[in-house]
Amino acid sequence: MQLGLSEEQEMIAATVRRFVEQEIYPHEAEVERTGEVPSELAEQIKKKTLDLGFYACNFPEDVGGAGLSHLEFALVERELGRGSMALTHFFGRPQNILMACEGEQKDRYLFPAVRGERMDALAMTEPGAGSDVRGMKCSARRDGGDWILNGTKHFISGADHADFVIVFVATGEDDTPKGPKKRITTFLVDRGTPGFTLREGYRSVSHRGYKNMVLEFDDCRLPDAQVLGEVDGGFAVMNEWLYATRITVATMCVGRARRAFDYALDYAAQREQFGQKIGKFQGVSFQLADMITEIDAADYLTLAAADRLDKGLPANREIASAKLYASEMLARVTDAAIQVHGGMGLMDDYPLERFWRDARVERIWDGTSEIQRHIISRELLRPLGA
Amino acid sequence: MKVLVPVKRVIDYNVKVRVKADGSGVDLANVKMSMNPFDEIAVEEAIRLKEAGKADEVVAVSIGVKQAQETLRTALAMGADRAILVVAADDVNTDIEPLAVAKILAKIVEEEQPGLVIAGKQAIDNDMNATGQMLSALLGWSQGTFASKLDIDGDHALITREVDGGLQTIKVTMPTIVTVDLRLNEPRYASLPNIMKAKKKPLDEKTAEDYGVDVTPRLEIVKTTEPETRKAGEIVGSVDELVAKLKEAGAV
Ligand SMILES: Cc1cc2nc3c(=O)[nH]c(=O)nc-3n(C[C@H](O)[C@H](O)[C@H](O)COP(=O)(O)OP(=O)(O)OC[C@H]3O[C@@H](n4cnc5c(N)ncnc54)[C@H](O)[C@@H]3O)c2cc1C
Ligand SMILES: Cc1cc2nc3c(=O)[nH]c(=O)nc-3n(C[C@H](O)[C@H](O)[C@H](O)COP(=O)(O)OP(=O)(O)OC[C@H]3O[C@@H](n4cnc5c(N)ncnc54)[C@H](O)[C@@H]3O)c2cc1C
Repeated sequence: MQLGLSEEQEMIAATVRRFVEQEIYPHEAEVERTGEVPSELAEQIKKKTLDLGFYACNFPEDVGGAGLSHLEFALVERELGRGSMALTHFFGRPQNILMACEGEQKDRYLFPAVRGERMDALAMTEPGAGSDVRGMKCSARRDGGDWILNGTKHFISGADHADFVIVFVATGEDDTPKGPKKRITTFLVDRGTPGFTLREGYRSVSHRGYKNMVLEFDDCRLPDAQVLGEVDGGFAVMNEWLYATRITVATMCVGRARRAFDYALDYAAQREQFGQKIGKFQGVSFQLADMITEIDAADYLTLAAADRLDKGLPANREIASAKLYASEMLARVTDAAIQVHGGMGLMDDYPLERFWRDARVERIWDGTSEIQRHIISRELLRPLGA
Repeated sequence: MKVLVPVKRVIDYNVKVRVKADGSGVDLANVKMSMNPFDEIAVEEAIRLKEAGKADEVVAVSIGVKQAQETLRTALAMGADRAILVVAADDVNTDIEPLAVAKILAKIVEEEQPGLVIAGKQAIDNDMNATGQMLSALLGWSQGTFASKLDIDGDHALITREVDGGLQTIKVTMPTIVTVDLRLNEPRYASLPNIMKAKKKPLDEKTAEDYGVDVTPRLEIVKTTEPETRKAGEIVGSVDELVAKLKEAGAV
């Protein structure tokens, strides 16, 4: 990796940061209070993002995206991470798995998603299958030339705003020496398809307004044209396209941590107790030193993982390390930022209590910390036969 | 018509400014620097003129340290066509004074022959509010300062000025120098395609000597101090109480 960013990369980050500061920050408190994003506001954010050419900037230029590298996209996500996810959701970054669209699927899903006309959500998790994706019960069976879907998905982010959902479903089972193993197929399911219902999920402590939904499939009939990728090829699709989304989580954690840190630094330099700025007490100043050190470490770890992807190098372990470290760093940094603020840190006069709550989910979604540790350790030990 | 837009690299408006311990100025080490916000408005106006077909080229100029190149790239990413960097100082703490800036700009105007110069009404670091006016005097051009509206119509321009107590509209002969106020427009964000294009746009690098202008400071800064801290407010229980307090303070 070449350390340091190019002028364009700096400008991309600066522009997104400013966008978030001016277009997202002012609305955060209201979204937090109501748990809703007014649709006019959502449309306004979407329109501005489209006008700036940032919408779907993670997609290649030949399908209408901006063709950003993984590193550049990580910078965009990092700055978006400063803002409320309920709102930055409309700074659209469709799932890059849509690149697996073939033929007329491109016109129905890929291109409209890139143009901001249709929004997507991705549904893997079920009440009985979280970390253990293969344990899924949601299944599809053949009926004539069609598929009949049954089952439940939960925790599906953004499904309330989605025009279609990318759903992973079991389509059979293979006998292996280790026991039966599910075959998985990916489907594109339009909102409003008979047999597909959507309902409000749980109230989460993290990211109010960025809702998670429950999806129910009850004899939902889908033609072959709704299969994304190959039949029984769900794992291939997942591995090819979902690999990189953990970088998004990592880099958003870095952005949010920097925002929390800025509050802490400022407060330490202003607040006086015992006749001096609290920043003069080592008990406070050393916390700041640890915070910034960890933030920088997570930042470089994440950008280095993204850079490996750009270079076509294996990056599975590096991405897992970045996701693990950055999400755990964010928990520590937001906690410390509150500590530096004393009692005021807990009050919703400051956004710190929100950052602290929001931080909690980052260690869970897109693979829990334990699953990341599993990935990292397997990559190290498997080649050694352990 | 070509439009020339001078832009200055200044301390970012979001940064909490700290005065150096020796009072010689404000601390610029490791602080975020950005384009002077009034200059952003000037760039925006120039680009809008181009989009409206009233200008065909927007040239941004910055005079200062080499790092002002970043400020020019921002102008290019917003939509300026090319840029001229005039390196006039090595030390980021050296502020090039308005007269020197105006003299260099006058030379650039001679070379470039723009039909219009749009500048910020002042830079937020030293608040001089002088460069545009001095340039007007040096060139013998008309000027419209504190513009909140600008209409170009052939060989003249209508400029609405924000003056104490209201708005004043003046008609000036082109070519002219306009200095812009806050309410003229809302500057755009750089679009992603323009950010990617900015690097490929020409950026000429010159020095103050190239224009034969002596930039040695003529002003001496005696002392810089923090503004007095705002006193805490007081919450009153009723309008009557408020009126009583104001009377007490001699405010009503
Ligand atoms: C707000 C929110 C939004 C979400 N959005 C989406 C979405 O849009 N789409 C989607 O598909 N999913 C989504 N998820 C689901 C998310 O990816 C899962 O929550 C996550 O994968 C963990 O699954 P689980 O919650 O079922 O926990 P479980 O898998 O049941 O894990 C429980 C605990 O056991 C541990 N554990 C499990 N297996 C192992 C192991 N092998 N070794 C060690 N420890 C283990 C876990 O680390 C965890 O601590 C979302 C979740 C949340 C909370
Ligand atoms: C929900 C809630 C209920 C409360 N209820 C009551 C109540 O009923 N009655 C009451 O009187 N108070 C109450 N308090 C106040 C509580 O006791 C104070 O919040 C606490 O003493 C800390 O003071 P502070 O919040 O002003 O933080 P500060 O004292 O400003 O501290 C800010 C930061 O500086 C650090 N710091 C300060 N001095 C030093 C030092 N010398 N060395 C190292 N670090 C230092 C602190 O540890 C902290 O991290 C309540 C607070 C809360 C949040």
